[in-house]
Amino acid sequence: MINLQPYADPQYFIYLLVALIPLMVGLWHGHRLKVYEVLVSLSFIVLMFTGEKWHQGVALIGYLIWQVVVIFAYAHYRKAHNQTSWFVIAVLASIFPLVIVKLTPVFSVTPSLLGFLGISYLTFKAVQIIMELRDGTIKALRVWPVIRFMCFMPTISSGPIDRFRRFEQDVEGAPERDQYLDMLNRAVKYLFLGFLYKYVLGYLFGTVWLPQLAHFALRIGGFSWSLVGYMYDYSMYLFFDFAGYSLFAVAISLIMGIDTPMNFNKPFAAPNIKEFWNRWHMSLSFWFRDFVFMRTTFFIMKHKLIKNRIRVSQVAYLINFLVMGFWHGVTWYYIVYGLFHAAAIIINDIWLRFKKKHRQSMPHNRFTQALAIFITFNVVCFSFLIFSGFLDTLFFK
Amino acid sequence: MDTKTTVLNILQDLTGEDLSSALDTDLFATALLDSMDTVQLLLELQDQLGISVPVSEFDRNEWNTPNKIIAKASAAQ
Repeated sequence: MINLQPYADPQYFIYLLVALIPLMVGLWHGHRLKVYEVLVSLSFIVLMFTGEKWHQGVALIGYLIWQVVVIFAYAHYRKAHNQTSWFVIAVLASIFPLVIVKLTPVFSVTPSLLGFLGISYLTFKAVQIIMELRDGTIKALRVWPVIRFMCFMPTISSGPIDRFRRFEQDVEGAPERDQYLDMLNRAVKYLFLGFLYKYVLGYLFGTVWLPQLAHFALRIGGFSWSLVGYMYDYSMYLFFDFAGYSLFAVAISLIMGIDTPMNFNKPFAAPNIKEFWNRWHMSLSFWFRDFVFMRTTFFIMKHKLIKNRIRVSQVAYLINFLVMGFWHGVTWYYIVYGLFHAAAIIINDIWLRFKKKHRQSMPHNRFTQALAIFITFNVVCFSFLIFSGFLDTLFFK
Repeated sequence: MDTKTTVLNILQDLTGEDLSSALDTDLFATALLDSMDTVQLLLELQDQLGISVPVSEFDRNEWNTPNKIIAKASAAQ
């Protein structure tokens, strides 16, 4: 039985693009072939979970049933009531499967049976719907659109994370001809850029150089130039591999007439950490900004739990990045990665306030700009060294 | 005080700048507002104008200039 992992090799693109031709012809003429779209999406999702991965497919189906029950139970409740406790229970129920999957490796060597490729990203989408039901920005809800949104084939395994209302607008209609032409233009550009990123640069940094640097760093032990090399090389690999994948996911979405948000915008050119998070894994960081950071600050300020506004933002940053760390996995290096970024953004905020206060006397020129980018880049690369888990291998294994 | 003046006063408190002659400035692109200010803006709108805007209603592209914020606030009243 064949198994196709998304964007894993050139054949995948050939099969997928051929299968998408009827859909493209339809969109070209202003129609969305909805039944055909479902059949193609379903086929490619099934092919992700064939062979040895069949139990992941079963886990996915069980997961979807669980989320639909939680979402619609809460939607039903929300029609007449709006107690905070039931909202919290709904969110906890929605993240419950993910929590189990993330906690299992702490206690056991075999991964959880509930796990499947993409569970994190589906959880973001489910929680988002519950939050918007709470806010009243989503009112009427039907089962099929929820499943269609959660299981949108190009992004099911690793995002980018779209928003329900935005996605619905795209998927319910079809773009105008010139709009679709523009989408196809972007799709072609992204596909080729993706090939360069993932299969050339990602391959060089990740498959060719990374193991060599790791080998030398481990042989020397402790801090070494090889370790420094590993840090920069891993950072490049992480970017090109994930940005490449994201470009593929956006490109295929565009071909299907869906304007999935972009994930990266020149992150290494960011002049500070705050700006870095506006450019790196954007669909994730914006999700955290909107559904963790802003809700936390809103809650704290509305209930006047902390008076000082600066303190509020610092507490919210800490919670935000700690949750993000845990989301990556329950290991010391993911959690330290989260704390590191919380500390970095808090220090960054203190600096930005200082700069604003002393606006007149602060030099601002090409040199200070370059220095800012240089410092940010190195802080980020160091955080990725923590994230890589290599320090764990180097010092504790 | 009308909605426009109230909104501009709130924005002046948050950004430290008088925006009455810069009604189409992109507040996020110019880094005059961040997410923290946004939350304060929503709370002030609630306190001073009695309109409640949930956090998930806040789409940066629809709230990025003083004019757009005034329009949103007026519509919600």
